[in-house]
Formats: sequence, structure tokens, C-alpha cells
Amino acid sequence: MRIKLDINGTVQEVDTEPRTTLLDCLRDNLNLKGAHAGCEHGVCGACTVLFDGEAVRSCLMFAAQAEGTPIVTIEGVSPGPGELSPIQDAFCETHGMQCGYCTPAMVLVAHALLADNPNPKREDIVDAISGNLCRCTGYAQIIDAIALAAERLRGDNRPAELRS
Amino acid sequence: MSETANHFRFVATERRVREDRRFVAGKGHFVADIDLPDMRHVALITCPHAAARILRIDKSAALALPGVHYVLDGAELASATLPLMTGLDTPNVPRRPLAHEIARYSGEWVAAVVADSRALAEDAAEAVEIDYEPLPFVLDAEQALDAASPLVHEAHGSNVLLDKTFVWGEVEKDFAASAHTLSLRVKWGRSSTVPIETFGVVARWDPWREILDVWASIQMPRYADQIGAALKVPQTSVRVHYDVDVGGSYGVKRGIKHTVLVGYLSRRLGFPVRLIEDRLENMRGGDAHGPERLFDVDLAFDDKGIVRSMKMRALENLGAYAGRSPFQLGKPIGDIVGPYKINSVQYRALAVVTNKTTQDAVRGFGQAPTNVALERGMDEIATMLGIDPIEIRRRNFIRRDEFPYLIPSGTTYDSGDFHTVVDKALAATDYRELKAERDRLRAAGRLAGIGVAACLEPSGGNATFEALLNPSITTSTFMDSCRISIDGMGAVTATMHTTSSGQGHETLVGTVVGEVLQLDPDQIRVTRADSLNSLPSGTPVGSRMAIMLGGAAFHAAEKLKAKLVAIAAHDLGIPLERAIYERGSVHDRDAPQNKRGWADLVQIAYRSFHRMPPDMEPGLSVAHVYPVPTGGKLPTADGRVHMYPCVSFEFHLVLVSIDPDLGVPEIARYQIGHDCGTQINPKIVRGMTMGGVAHGIGAALYEEFAYNDDGQLIAQTFMDYLLPSSHEMPKVNVVDHETPSPFTVLGQKGSGESGYLGAPAAIANAVNDAVRSLGLSINTLPIRAAKLADMIEQAKSPRANNT
Amino acid sequence: MKAAPFEYSRVADIDEACALLATDDGARVIAGGQTLVPMMAMRLARPTRLIDINRIAALSYIRLEDDALAIGATTRQSLVERSALVKETLPLLAHAVPHIGHAATRARGTVGGSIANADPAAELPLIAITLDATFNVRGGGKTSDIAARDFFVGPMVTALPEGAILAAVRFPVWRGDRIGVGFHEVNARRSDFAFVSAAAQVAMKADGTCERIAIGVGAVTDFPMRLDSAEQALQGTALDDDAVRAAVSQALAGIEALEDLHASATYRQRVAIKLATRAIIDAREHAHGRPPHAH
Ligand code: FES
Ligand code: FES
Repeated sequence: MRIKLDINGTVQEVDTEPRTTLLDCLRDNLNLKGAHAGCEHGVCGACTVLFDGEAVRSCLMFAAQAEGTPIVTIEGVSPGPGELSPIQDAFCETHGMQCGYCTPAMVLVAHALLADNPNPKREDIVDAISGNLCRCTGYAQIIDAIALAAERLRGDNRPAELRS
Repeated sequence: MSETANHFRFVATERRVREDRRFVAGKGHFVADIDLPDMRHVALITCPHAAARILRIDKSAALALPGVHYVLDGAELASATLPLMTGLDTPNVPRRPLAHEIARYSGEWVAAVVADSRALAEDAAEAVEIDYEPLPFVLDAEQALDAASPLVHEAHGSNVLLDKTFVWGEVEKDFAASAHTLSLRVKWGRSSTVPIETFGVVARWDPWREILDVWASIQMPRYADQIGAALKVPQTSVRVHYDVDVGGSYGVKRGIKHTVLVGYLSRRLGFPVRLIEDRLENMRGGDAHGPERLFDVDLAFDDKGIVRSMKMRALENLGAYAGRSPFQLGKPIGDIVGPYKINSVQYRALAVVTNKTTQDAVRGFGQAPTNVALERGMDEIATMLGIDPIEIRRRNFIRRDEFPYLIPSGTTYDSGDFHTVVDKALAATDYRELKAERDRLRAAGRLAGIGVAACLEPSGGNATFEALLNPSITTSTFMDSCRISIDGMGAVTATMHTTSSGQGHETLVGTVVGEVLQLDPDQIRVTRADSLNSLPSGTPVGSRMAIMLGGAAFHAAEKLKAKLVAIAAHDLGIPLERAIYERGSVHDRDAPQNKRGWADLVQIAYRSFHRMPPDMEPGLSVAHVYPVPTGGKLPTADGRVHMYPCVSFEFHLVLVSIDPDLGVPEIARYQIGHDCGTQINPKIVRGMTMGGVAHGIGAALYEEFAYNDDGQLIAQTFMDYLLPSSHEMPKVNVVDHETPSPFTVLGQKGSGESGYLGAPAAIANAVNDAVRSLGLSINTLPIRAAKLADMIEQAKSPRANNT
Repeated sequence: MKAAPFEYSRVADIDEACALLATDDGARVIAGGQTLVPMMAMRLARPTRLIDINRIAALSYIRLEDDALAIGATTRQSLVERSALVKETLPLLAHAVPHIGHAATRARGTVGGSIANADPAAELPLIAITLDATFNVRGGGKTSDIAARDFFVGPMVTALPEGAILAAVRFPVWRGDRIGVGFHEVNARRSDFAFVSAAAQVAMKADGTCERIAIGVGAVTDFPMRLDSAEQALQGTALDDDAVRAAVSQALAGIEALEDLHASATYRQRVAIKLATRAIIDAREHAHGRPPHAH
């Protein structure tokens, strides 16, 4: 079936089977490899994308269901090739990762959290990432990264629409 | 060690990790990201029985489906390939990618389907009809020892693959001379590292070049040659691409059977084939499982709690086949006495096959379970004698002035300062206040306990335990290598020769080369060779890369620096000893204005050959192959061997609080004292330690590949195999201490296993401290909440025993 | 782990969905999909057709209808979590919702989906049972109501008529000055399905006695249970700790509790008593405007 997906601000048409998950569609049809398959049964969160601004698991949705809703993937987060968003930069500053497999999802969760709550307490951050498993880091430097990003973004005095 | 900490420019500073940039952008290069033209996909068919004879495989319905190319069975594969390499000489326990005639565990791969997409391959897998004749099976290691139990491998004649007893020192005499003895039994449940990325591999056979290109999420020594051997092609026909980012491994990503399978299929079918395990394939039959070990420990000690001798029997349930996994009983021999001065040791290493999933290497290679046995023992001594558990450890620790220290099993520990690390950790956490907090919790009706663990991390990865357990192996060092080139325009590239799975090796190499050449590490390109143009690498196992790759990079950079100095001295017409290297240029010590800058030196080496010293190679390219420092020795006849060059040390202090009704252990406080010598990149060390603690919490409280009585794996998804999330990870405070190793280039030691080596022991000890007043002793991991509550309930009301 | 092939239909209204259900025996409705999709990925569920009701705007709402709060079947759990109206009128539901899965699954998971799925350990069925919710069901062009107590018949099995679709859930709202609620659950990791969960809602009188009480226990039996006998015993009392414990123990004596890898039947039964007791005591304190006890 042919469907239209609104990904990172661009509407793209893809031809896919109904059974194709949004995760597989992003990876296989649209060559957006930043969403990762960790479990394909909804537990690990490695496949996270922003769906209408909320962090959701793309393995738990069929691509056909995603028509018409704006989706942001990790590829839509960088301001430009080779450039990092403040949140991505904070992850680099604290080394909030090791193997990088869970990382795009963690960055997206951080984006969703900070859009909603610019001043999160440590528990809020812990809770926000609790649906995303990381086997490498024990989460400490991810939590540090998000706290650092929040602090930096609060100091950001650019107009809201230019912040990320 | 050649420099002291305060002289470093880049080492031991809070530098960023260069790999991180690509990962935060979703631009890692993972195996599942690789798309090749005409690539086809594999799905596996697995055996539903704990043991069964394969009677018939009917592929016709599957092959009739559109988009389906092939169904491979074990008979065809066995006739075309050789069994996989094993660590022990057990020819009658052959291990193959697909079960041949008999399947020996539920989840074992029986056939592989190749189709245009993974979904189609799964459709076809359902259409393959297989008849099985279920066979008797055995799941429990102790039962497997029983001669009356079914044999997992009939031809082997027994279920025992390894039974070796070592006696180091006068054990019986020491036992007889000791005032007290104590015995305990500790069980480590079957758990593993379970990376978030499953194992995956893509293979493409090029018949015109006769090369099998392999991309895999691999962490495996001798990967290319094992594939070549099994496929019966020369090793020069296997090209493994090491530039694949591996989505976590911590030991398990071995993937030989996967690779032989897809390598064969690609050759047979003439197109690239990929197998990306799904989570079910991974948990049931990938290289996913780890140690399941039963310890019987006897300790002999005096009134003061000084331990003189230990007897340890370790019984390992290997699962149905063995690759390197029996060796996980050998690695702990390298620090069998932990940080303690135990005079003599008897160690029996016993490994059996059962009808469970095959194990592979897990972070620490058998060390974390052994630490639980030893550290539970130290606590039991403390309880028996009424001495504080920390005091007991202090009394037994090797003192810092006693290094290098030879332990009974033959390894010499390089250095350490255990007392100071403990002091620092206690000061950082305020031990007295911690005890007061425990007592407040108890007064409020909670079961609360403090647990400690003091553990070593042998590092540097010299796996001479192989030769100890299998005398036909004569490997005495496991090297690593680095090649550095300054090109004709003056740019520096360093090359490494293995994959990485999150350890930041590119940063490691850049930092060390930058340190030696006094150049900004960010200006140094670090690349990875492939297996056909690489130098030797022992790969990131055995907590070794900071030491080994760092050492190789250091020496290669020193060679390159020496060459630059020699060129400059010759061109300046001064003796070598007067030529001083500084930040990329060389000057005359006695006349500093006389110098040759970077561009001059590059010009001479690449273009003005007439200005080169006679007999010197043109260009600026060097390589260094680095053997393990202190390595190079084989075991002695009496079963002693020196293994790893250094030991890191970690001390854990944990406060656990339990609601006695619910049984859920909550970690209220967590303090670590850590000493891994010079930290080349402190951010990386901290991350590894935190990740190790989380993994250790999982092993202690949540994770187990549990089976039911029918031999079915019942924890085969992330709904039942429980990895700790951020909710379960407490805030961990780490205090560092630095005892540089005298044997490594920068004083560095390993940290890739840190946290994990001590966390399970410390948590088990804390839980025991919490329930001791009830007369309970908990020595089985994982400590499941509901089970713990059931035990607490029974202890509180003995009459409830009939439930 | 890829789903078996199926047809996909996105419907615009509930009758269209019912009509499609009627024509295809293997068809299933998909709402949030947070349980169904993994089942399909493992091929434990193999619908021939998925009828996607997510876009039926008329099924997503939270509104007061007389003495009940009505929540449309496709209302996202995250919406319920954030709803001020829910907090005000159904504090028990507000307490329970954050325990459902993770934020990312609540963002997609729906109220109706969780109820129709009828997992014994799920929070929403427990709250529905405890508060005597009514399920509004549409099928064959007709609308009917099923009481929560009649709806759940086994683990993952409901009395939803063949070809019918759950359209809305109506939770009765208790009015009064002294309404209190309590909710507890225990699991290995905080966000897992509960080993045991318990919910209580009480209305207290000015004289300190209990006017009305509802107690539910989840994850222990095939579907959430109400502790009717305990409610009867406790009504009119001051809900003293000891009386509560005794009444709850009596109500849960002799039940056949579920057992699995993670928790034994005796654990479930014993802890059900503890958690139900705690939930009632919390509810009592809440009703009296006092902070909850440390249990
Ligand atoms: S891959 Fe989607 S949650 Fe694990
Ligand atoms: S960085 Fe490896 S899983 Fe999170």
C-alpha cells in the first residue's frame, strides 16, 4: 500500500506492506537508520521517535497508522550536517553513552522531556528515561547530560522558535 | 611507567569521547544499517524440545512461497563445513551452527530460511515442517554429573567436559592448623550481558576475487580464522570489516556460528546474506547466555579472622555445547585469592553439559560469580567471629608495601593500595552515618543491611588460563597493535585492528598518540583496518584495551617520534642526544634556534630523500605489535601460571532497605572506591563503572535465563528477562584513587569490567545483613523479590512451613 | 519478529468498524496497539485484518456525564494522566494511571484498549472493577452497557460480544467532602506489570465512620476482584487498622492465586492482604485530609 509520512518536516510517500512497522519503514524504506531495533516488542525503547512531539516506540506501530502525524526522528534533530543540538552536545560533554545503540532514543526522550519541562528535577529525568534501556552506562552520565542540557537551554536567550 | 600524572597533557584530562558525535546524531555504523544490493535475509527455525532427534524436514511448502530462496538444514551444512573451534579438546562434543541429527536444547537452530525480506523469511519458517522425536534431557548441573542421567552427547560418554583440581600450597596443613573453618554454598543464576543490539552479521562472497566480506557486530578474538577454518577457505579469503560499530557486547558477541551460517549461504547462493537476530532468536539460541555456577567454599581462619586457606569447588552448567565458555572457570585462577593474603588454595573446576542454551563469554569471564562466593565467605567469617565485615577485609588485605605480590596460583599482582581506597570510600560516605541510617530504617520496621565487597579486576587480558585448562594450547601472549603514519602533507593517521563496542578506543588511540607526539589528539585521525590488512589484535576482551591498545599506540608513537628526531638530528648535523623533540618540531639542545619543524621533517621524509639519514626507510610510517607486559610464560608442571599484568581494585559499600512484606530490595545508598591506575579518559572510566554497577544489580536482583521443568526457557523476552532501568539504578558515588601500574606505559590498568565485579557480591552481602536477624542466609542469585518475601515470611512464622 | 501479513483498514466511525468486524472473522480492532503489536510481532496474535479505530475522533474524550466521568475508548492514557478533570473527579484513577507501563507506552496506549485486553495485572481493569465502572459497547448498530463486574471473565478474556467494540468507559464519581483513595502495587522493577495491586476508595462521615467503601485487588486472580465481604464488614466502622486488616484477610482467605516465574501464589495472596490493607488505610487518611502513613 502507498502511504504518506510526515517525517522531519517533509512529507514522503512510501510503498509498503500493512505489516511493516514504523520502525522498519523508517529504516528500510526511508533509509533513516537512527531508530534502532532492540527488542521489537516494546520494552527497550531503542526505536523511539517523536510522534506529534511525544516519545513513542516505533516498533509498536504500523507505518500505515502513522500517516498524517508529524514525526521527528534523530535525523531531524541536528541543526545541520555535522552540527549538534544543545541536547546532543550535552550528551557529548558528559559522555552520556558508550556503544551508542540506545543513544538516539535517549536524545529524543530528552528533547520531549525538556520541551515539556524545562526545569526537570533528577527524579523527573530518571522517570523520563525509565522506558529506555541502556546496558552500557548505568544511566548516570545520561542523567547528567539531560540536566546539563536543561541548564544550558534555560540560559538560552534566543527566540523560542530558534531553540532546539 | 614513563611519566607521572601531573606531566600529562591530554591523558587523564576530561576530554570528550570522539566517537560520541556520530552516535548522538544517529549516525553510528551498526551492522543492521548495512544495505547491500541484492542482500537477502535469514530467519531461523528453532527446536521446540529440550532434546530431540530430527526425523524429517519438509521444505517444500516453504520453498513454494514467493520470495523464498533457500532452506538450509543441519545435514547439508555439516557436510560442507567443519565444526566450530572449541577451547577444550572435546572432539565428541562438536558444535555447529545448525543442529545435525539431534537438537540438544530448546531454541537450538535447526534450519535457516533465506528470503527477500525478514518478514518473508519468517513466513516461510512457519511453513517448514519438521518431525521430532523428543529425547530424555537433563537441565541441572548436579544431575548432569549423575551417571544415570541422560547424556547430552552420547559419544562423549559423560556429561563432564572439564574436571581439574589444583592445589596451590599446603591446603590440608593450613586447614588443620586453623582454629576455625566454615563452609558455604553459593549459586549464581544463569545470566548474561544482553546488549540492546542483538548479534548481526552480513556476509558477501565474491567468487571472482574469492573473498568473503563480513560485517558483524563482533567482539571476538581470532574471528576471521575461525570462520575460514569452518568454511574450509583460506584465512586470506575472509575479510572482516572492523569499522562496524557494535551495539554493546561486554563479552558475548562471538557470532562464529552465525557467521559460518551466512558465509556458507552467501557462497552457496551467490548473493549477500544477512542475519540480524531478533530478540527471541537471540535469547533462545544466540550467544546470549552466561555462567550458571554452583560454588562450594570452605575457608580456614584464625580467631582474628585471618584466612589461611580456601577450598573452592565451582560447578559450571555450560549448556549443550562449549566454545570458550569452560575457560570461564579458568580466568578466576588469576586472582583466586582476591585482594587477600590467603596462603594456600585448592580449586576444583568442574564443567558439565546440559540441555540448556550454550553460554558465551560474559564481562569478567567468570570473575563476578567467583567474587560473590569469596565475598560472601568473608562476610560469613565476620558474622561468625563478631567482627565488622570491613575490619575483616582490612586484616586480610595485601598491604601496599607488599607488591609485587605473588599469589599461590602463580600470578604476581602488580600494585595496589587497598586500605587507602577503603578509607577514602568510608570517608566519602561517612560510614558511621550510614550505619545510623541503617539502624533508623530498622527502627522504622524495614529490613535494612549494609553490604561490602572488595574485588580485583585483573586486566591486560593474557589468557594463559587456556593453557592451564588445556595443555595442548601453548599461547603465552595475546598482543595488540597500532600503526601510525604521517602522510606526505603532514597529517597523522593511527590505525587500530579490531571492532569496538562502546569502549571509546578511537579516543584512546588519539589521546595516547597525541600525548606522545605532543599534538592535539583531535587532529589525529583514527581508523580501523580490515582483517586482511590488519596487525594482530587480541580484541577487547579481558579488560585489556587501555593497557594493550594504549601500549601499542604509545610504543608506535614513540617509534615515530624517534624517527622524526633521527631525521632532524641528521639534517641539523648534531648527535642524537642533542636533538630535542617538542610539539612536533626538533631543536638543538645547545642552540635552540636551530630546529626542524613538522613541515621540514615531512618534506625530508617524503621528498628530500637525499637529506635522510643513510639506511633509513623513506616516509613516516611505523607499526608496533605489543605483547602483554609480564606475559610470555606457560603454566608450570604444578599448575601455576602468571596471567594478567595488573589488578585494578574496587570497593563497594551498599545500603539496602527491604519492605519485609513485599521483599523488594531497594538500594538506598551506593558508594564505590575505585583504583584503576592512571585513567586515560576519566569520562570513559566513570561510564564503564556505572554501567558495570547496573549490570551487577541486574545479576544480583533481576536477571535470569530461567527454565521450566520441561526444559523450556521461560525468560526469553524483555518482559521476563529483566534488565535494570533508570528506576532501579541508584545514585552511585565514586571516589577514585590512583596506584599506577609499574608495568604499563602510562600507569593505566583496566576498567572495562569495573562495577560488575563487585556489585553482585556487595548487594548479596547487604541483603544478608538485612535478613540475618531472622536467621536467613541468602546465597542464590538473583535474589527475586517475591521469593525473598516468602523466605522472610517463613522465617518469621515457622508454622507457615506447610505452605 | 515480524507480524504475519494482514489487511489494514482505517475507519472513520465506530459503525464502520463494527461492519468490518462482522465481515471478517479474523479481524481485530487496533487502538493503541501497545499489547497487540508485540503479540503480532511474536505471531502469538495473527489477525487477518486490523481495523484501526485511532482516528475516530468521537471516541477520544474525557467528560462529565451526570454522576459519571466518561472516557472514550481511544483516549490515550497520557491524556488521562494529564487531565485536571480526572484528578478532581477520579483521584483513584489519577493515582493508578502513572503506574501503567512507561510514558512512551501511555502516549499511545488507550483506556479502552487496556480494558478490552483484560490483562489480570493491568491497572485500568482494576480501577474499573473497584469503582463499578460501566462499559459502553457498540455492535450491530446497537449500543449497550456492561458492568465492569460482568465484563471480565478470565485472563485476557472478556464478555465483549462478538463483533462489538468498546466505545467508552463510565466511571461513577463519588461526591462529598471526605472522599479518600489509596493505590498500591508491587513489582520487581517499578514499571513492570504488578505482582499484586490494590485500590481502595472510601467516603467518610463527619463522625469519622465510613459511609461507603470500595476495595479491589489486581494481578492475584484471573481478573481483578472486589473484596465485597470486607466492604460490608467495614462500612460504618472507623476503619481502624486492625479491623481493616482482619476484614481484608477474611475476604482473601482461601482464594486461588496466580503463580509464575516472578511470584508464588502464596506471595500473591499474602501481599494482596498487605496492599489492600495499606490502600484502605491510605484512603482513610486521605479522606481525613492527612498525609499517608509510611508503610
Ligand atoms: S525495539 Fe521498540 S521498544 Fe525495543
Ligand atoms: S550506550 Fe550502549 S546501550 Fe546505551
